[in-house]
Amino acid sequence: MAMDAVASPSSNRKLDTSALRQSKITGAILLFLALITALIFAQVEGGDAVFRLSRPTDTWALPNLVVPAGPFNWVAVAILTFLGVRQWMSKTGKGASLALGLGFAIFIAAFLVWATAGKAFSLTGMLQATMVRAVPIAMGGLAGVLSERVAVVNIGIEGILLSGAFTGALVGSLLGNWIGLIAAILVGGMFGFILAALVVTYRVDQIIAGVVINLFVLGLTSYVSSQVFSEYRFLNNAPVFRAINIPILSDIPVIGPMFFQQNIFVYGALIMVAAATYYLFYTKHGLHARSVGEHPQAADTLGINVYRVRYVHVIMGGMVAGFGGAFLTLGLVGRFDDNMTNGRGFIGLAAMIFGRWHPVGALMAALIFGFADSLQQKMALLQTPIPSEFLAMAPYIATIVVVAGIVGRSRMPAADGKPYIKE
Amino acid sequence: MSEQQQAQTEKLAHQLLQRAAPSRTVYEDLIIVPVFAIVAALILGGLVMLATNVSLEAIGKSYVALIYGSVGSLGAWSETLTAATPLVLAGLGVAMGFRAGFFNIGAEGQVLMGGMAAVIAGFSFAGLPIYIHLPLALMAGILVGGFYAGIAGWLRAATGAHEVISTIMLNLISYRLVDYLLKVPFIQKSGRSDPISNAVLDSAQLPRLLDWIDPNLRVHGGLIIMLLAVWFCYWLLFKTTIGFEFRASGENADAARFAGMRSGLIVVLVMALAGALAGLAGANQVLGVLERASPGFSAGIGFNAISVALLGRSHPIGVLIAGLLFGALEAGGRQMQVDAGVSLDLIGIVQSLIIAFIAAPLLVRAVFPWGFRGKAASRKE
Repeated sequence: MAMDAVASPSSNRKLDTSALRQSKITGAILLFLALITALIFAQVEGGDAVFRLSRPTDTWALPNLVVPAGPFNWVAVAILTFLGVRQWMSKTGKGASLALGLGFAIFIAAFLVWATAGKAFSLTGMLQATMVRAVPIAMGGLAGVLSERVAVVNIGIEGILLSGAFTGALVGSLLGNWIGLIAAILVGGMFGFILAALVVTYRVDQIIAGVVINLFVLGLTSYVSSQVFSEYRFLNNAPVFRAINIPILSDIPVIGPMFFQQNIFVYGALIMVAAATYYLFYTKHGLHARSVGEHPQAADTLGINVYRVRYVHVIMGGMVAGFGGAFLTLGLVGRFDDNMTNGRGFIGLAAMIFGRWHPVGALMAALIFGFADSLQQKMALLQTPIPSEFLAMAPYIATIVVVAGIVGRSRMPAADGKPYIKE
Repeated sequence: MSEQQQAQTEKLAHQLLQRAAPSRTVYEDLIIVPVFAIVAALILGGLVMLATNVSLEAIGKSYVALIYGSVGSLGAWSETLTAATPLVLAGLGVAMGFRAGFFNIGAEGQVLMGGMAAVIAGFSFAGLPIYIHLPLALMAGILVGGFYAGIAGWLRAATGAHEVISTIMLNLISYRLVDYLLKVPFIQKSGRSDPISNAVLDSAQLPRLLDWIDPNLRVHGGLIIMLLAVWFCYWLLFKTTIGFEFRASGENADAARFAGMRSGLIVVLVMALAGALAGLAGANQVLGVLERASPGFSAGIGFNAISVALLGRSHPIGVLIAGLLFGALEAGGRQMQVDAGVSLDLIGIVQSLIIAFIAAPLLVRAVFPWGFRGKAASRKE
């Protein structure tokens, strides 16, 4: 290792120091987490935390997981301290992301044990809810990945999600949920087309175009909802997709209900993330798309039609977002409310950046947000001394910390946000 | 300096100048495009109403109400100015960010935090005279808003964290923080179980400007503060070195850094300034209009501010005009809802269409070809 450091040319020096700096930051974060765990979470008055791993209806019942709260959390403190010190002292700065991920996982486990001490808590239910809450965010993030990989910044995802939710409710109420879903996807694609036309053909500023879409959809859907839906209620009462249990797999304890006892939206979302990953990184067309995002001029020289690629991918992104939006109405409640996406599109954008412009990364980030969201709901039932507002804030603070500490310098597609003018 | 470099420099200077004064100085672009954009947006809004089964008579009535409610009387002007004031203030903040190349989505959170600080300062300190208490409360809003946005700026400068993600997160955090603060016993109005704050004391309220004519006229001292802020931003951007540095780093961050400008400092300063203006907008709302804070008292001002900044092309005067337009639409929209029973949400549609048409002048030219003297080609230069 020392040899490497000496041998490396001076141009690498900067990279090395930034990795070391990251390692220091990570170490500091981990030690801070250890401190909180020691001062708060480890101070429990005896009592075991009982985690229910299976529900009465499950085929294979697992025994409850009983964790002695105090000892568990002291072990957590020890591991966190070890990881923190190791990162702090590290001379190579390697493994920072891994250590931080592990550290956060342990910290959350310690928190859960502390909050549940002396009570019982259903882990399975919470994981299932995590998935449900993650779907619209993940779809927003995936839509962002698709359009930003071809260098179109899509601030309009929030609006497209909302349009999908609205169309799903309206068409679903009239023609059934399948047609409602297809209509939502098509309307999402249409807004993708509008965005592409504005930014690619008319070269409107990409952020302005996205903001226009957000405002327009919010205005139109709220207007119709207050002007029409309030009078004709049958137009806003769509049948909801029921959960489909996948045989055998859905009986797996703990993760079975999370992944395999869901409705088609969840399966669709997982398939789309996998398909998008394969498409973007393992096919010729995906390579073309990414080259358009990195260096459109070079792509053009190689005979790739930059404009067409941008149109196609932004429209695909719109369709994905339309699907994600339809989940809110056709997959959950069957009813549209004003501004029901409530910022999920923006959180999706955050998930995209957090996930480093990668479909799987965006899904993971969305799952973290979904986890925190469902955790906060369940914690309200457990009545911890921490106000629920602060629990609700925690994932956002964690996102800032992680983005600042680790992925801060993750690289966006080189041509992101820039219009391409063919010569 | 080689010829090419010379050309490069001239090009950059030209671009900077374009930023300073938008290139569309032709009166067609400054007058006709916006007018047609508003007309086209109103026509399309009418079509939306037709499609949702609103009678022609009611549509006519609603547009009359829209004009009457925004500029038709002294009271209407008062409402328009009251609605425009926070939009211009927060819009200036977002515009400052755009000028320096930062997309500050966080104005909503900054409005909330600044407003909360102003409320707390406004109901604490009983017994102070107004000339101390009011500036104190305004200052609280400015400082807290500036600090809150400064976090995002500092993160960007120190770690490279993308300001879009950090301001979105700060927005989300601020919603929860306000929910929490409104239930703290010291802040919550005594005897109430719902989240609502104590009322701002008289000595910290922005005085109403026209109550000697009619006590119902709501336009308040915030209007003067807003005009001062417009002047200040104009002066800062175009008459000072730091403003030049803002614009230069927005135009080309690398070039600005190589020219010796302190990019880290600029990020923090711009974000803090943006937050201070948004915080002032929040303070303006609670001290001038609402008199107390409740959940969501920002009412989307921070998001509308983004539209206002875009519409005003990030120029202080443009932001002022755009803010007045949005304020007029809001005030008129309320009258429209009362008189014609058309939902206020229609205004959102009209606003978005106006921005779309103004941002894409080609679209307006395509719709109204007879309004222009065929100078589309000469615009390129």
